[in-house]
Amino acid sequence: MTQTPSTRAARLTAVTAVGALTVTLAACGDDGGNGGEEAADQDSLVLYSGRNEELIQPLIDDFTEETGVEVDVRYGDTAELAAQLLEEGDNTDADVFLAQDAGALGQVASEGMFDTLDSELLDQVPEIYRDADEQWVGLSGRLRTLIYNEDLVDEDELPERVEDINDEEYQGRVAVAPTNASFQSFVTAYRELEGDEAAEDFLSGLAENDAPIREKNGEIVTDVASGSLEMGLVNHYYLYAQAEESGEDPEDMDIANHLFGDGDVGALMNVAGAGVMDADHEPSQQLMEYLLGEDGQSYFVEETAEYPMIEGMDGPEGMPALEDLDIPDIDLNRLEDLETTVEKITDSGLAG
Amino acid sequence: MTLLQDSPHTRTDRAAPDGPGVGAPGTGIPGTGGPDGPAGLFGRGRRPVPRRRGPARLLPAWMVILAVVTTAVALLPLFYLVVRAAEYPTADFIDTVFSARSGRLAVSSAMLTTVVTGLCLVIGVGLAVLVTRTRIPGRRLLAVAAALPLAVPSYVAAYSWQSMNQLVSPGTTFEGFWPAVAVITLVTYPYVYLPTVAALLAVGSDQEEAARSLGRGPVHTFLTVTVRQATPAIASGGLLCAIYVIADFGAVAILRVDTFTRVVYTSFSMGFDRIGAVALSTVLLALTMGVLFVEGRIRRTATRYSQVGSGSGGRPARAPLGRWRVPALAAGWAPIVVALGVPVAALSLWSGRGVSRPGSMEEVLGALINSLWAAGAGALATTAIALPLALCLARRPSLLSRSLERMAYLAHSLPGPVVGLSVVMLGIAVLPMFYQTMWMLVLAYCTLMLPLALGPALAAALHAPPELEEAARSLGRPPLIAYLRVTLPLMAPGIGAGAMMVMLTAIKELPATLMLRPTGFDTLATRLWTYTGSESYAAAAPFALLLVLVASVPVWLLVSRLLKEV
Repeated sequence: MTQTPSTRAARLTAVTAVGALTVTLAACGDDGGNGGEEAADQDSLVLYSGRNEELIQPLIDDFTEETGVEVDVRYGDTAELAAQLLEEGDNTDADVFLAQDAGALGQVASEGMFDTLDSELLDQVPEIYRDADEQWVGLSGRLRTLIYNEDLVDEDELPERVEDINDEEYQGRVAVAPTNASFQSFVTAYRELEGDEAAEDFLSGLAENDAPIREKNGEIVTDVASGSLEMGLVNHYYLYAQAEESGEDPEDMDIANHLFGDGDVGALMNVAGAGVMDADHEPSQQLMEYLLGEDGQSYFVEETAEYPMIEGMDGPEGMPALEDLDIPDIDLNRLEDLETTVEKITDSGLAG
Repeated sequence: MTLLQDSPHTRTDRAAPDGPGVGAPGTGIPGTGGPDGPAGLFGRGRRPVPRRRGPARLLPAWMVILAVVTTAVALLPLFYLVVRAAEYPTADFIDTVFSARSGRLAVSSAMLTTVVTGLCLVIGVGLAVLVTRTRIPGRRLLAVAAALPLAVPSYVAAYSWQSMNQLVSPGTTFEGFWPAVAVITLVTYPYVYLPTVAALLAVGSDQEEAARSLGRGPVHTFLTVTVRQATPAIASGGLLCAIYVIADFGAVAILRVDTFTRVVYTSFSMGFDRIGAVALSTVLLALTMGVLFVEGRIRRTATRYSQVGSGSGGRPARAPLGRWRVPALAAGWAPIVVALGVPVAALSLWSGRGVSRPGSMEEVLGALINSLWAAGAGALATTAIALPLALCLARRPSLLSRSLERMAYLAHSLPGPVVGLSVVMLGIAVLPMFYQTMWMLVLAYCTLMLPLALGPALAAALHAPPELEEAARSLGRPPLIAYLRVTLPLMAPGIGAGAMMVMLTAIKELPATLMLRPTGFDTLATRLWTYTGSESYAAAAPFALLLVLVASVPVWLLVSRLLKEV
């Protein structure tokens, strides 16, 4: 050990200096990069998509081809992306957030991250499918249904209203996905229409009636198709996704959607939608216009069998037209209080 | 055991409770069982072990500083997590943590951890004994195959089991506690198997012979003498299993077993309550501390009996199995066949049944290259961070270095999404220029996987005699050169083993990768997530298969060293 304390100190200083220099250089390099981005800002945008890449990327590719706007898409789960976006706050790179459900959009809007949307854009969409404060807009509609296996369940056995699934005859037969956003929106709607107490009864009824639990709607549909489940509460379009994966015609499959009628809350129409961080950002505006334009809307109808949001377009094949649906009369804006819903779902014991 | 305690071979001085052994809970994979655990696998050879702790002066101050700084970098997200968790209203925290439901779930987490770890110990040690101490036919093949289930991500295993269950018994569901026990055990037992094999190979035969000569039967000798000596290694493997179960998200979510990670998950995904999720993870830290304590106790007791590999006589005898041959073959291969067979069968089923296909060859290749690049960078960085800390722990264990090591284990037990989110928080607040770059992803891998690199590196450091480095210095080499020329090469096999463990785990990692990857950066795991998310199981299958194959490479490299000795 020939090292003296002073050389040790010198060494330490050198190491610290090199470290500081590296950080500074990295920071400078980044500043330079940002300057470049500013210039490119007008023909590119960053999209956070809580919807699946398989579905969204072809649509984005069409958009880029048509407009020349480059889109960097960050894919993730809607809830995780919303959490990430909220954490990023004003520092976010995101220009547009595309979400699987209205609840996540409402959450991001409530923290003031979205900018007010262009009114011309909004006017195309019925008021009940967009934010009252004009922070986000629905892009496609999905209907809550009860999917059932036709070999295992007779048509006249099907429940008339959604609360009937808590009757004894359905014990252990109707699956739900309580941690899934679409189920939560449905429960929030239930609370709005029937009151908190009725919603609590419904949830505890599910738990007492041994409703099978799945993580995702897709799992319910797979299990109903395979016969390991008889019925389940899902969104209408999962049947079509299942048909596509198995390469079958939806009509030939052993599963079918059962629609609740009479404005029953079981037939809630929810939306997937989007909001923008800066309404003056031209590419973001262009993307929103494209998604709500005829090409974008018919893409959703054809590829995901969802309902279009703008008037004068046909609904998905095999499903009743939007105007023939007897959906509950509820404004999606009233579905914001997710927190209480989550609490109730948790308290009922459905969510573990 | 008085014989052993009094034996001159029992060098308790190096394994005294405050010695490095205590601070080395996971000396890890396949690094052998810690300081006194033999370094047979990666330390190679039965090198005389120094009689005293390395002289403190061989650990220059800058090395200590370097260790503190690098480890602090890796644990930065953990510190930041604590800062943010402190924002969470105390009343809410207490309400959630001390509710009846939380209690129930914490208990079920603890039960799952206990049962899975117990089974992993049985299967892991059993297989290790078969391949090191018996003349079972096809021993080498069995030795390699037994480690391979480590390449199967738990979420792939869970999905596969469900698919196969539907095929075999349609109309039933495969979920709940026992299915989860089966699935998780079958992909985690190699954590016990690998270090146990290494330890059993290095436990010398002289103590066994002494016991036999004093009239103990072979089985009795094995149980009392051999197993006892391998206990530190076995315990460190058990620790990794236990931590894996505590942190696992994928399998428990798919198999619907209610554990505490689900509480974290629901507050995260249902209520967008991100700080709540972070705060609740502290309960998982408490569980981990419990596990660390148990492991520490076992190690402390066991090291009294364990003997260092040096001068311990010849290679242990391998027992002929006789009429037990067939049952042994069946018992040995059963867990392996099931653990590998179910995923492979399910993936073929997915491919055959669906019509979706991956986009293109470029997509598959791109994902493969990205997986290798991200995991490789993660392995390099984690190993580099582990090195100085390993040297500190080996040469001059202090309260500081041992605390850092414990914290590394705590970070290892946090669920991926929690670490991912804490890195997001840190990146946005402190390091915006690195946010959504590879750097942040690599940092998350360091945070999540430091103990995997630390364990083997520490074992190797303990077996690199400081005297050699000292000699080099006395011949005029500057300390750094002496270290680089003498000690580092001796540690290389252990460092390599740690890097392989990190790489293998990073390839399988999903939640943090999803959150932190640069926008548009796809790996095999994120592709798999994309396709399963759109019900395109047939398109997902090739990615899952490739993921398992790629992850098998580090596993194979790890066991290939064993092969030379088995």
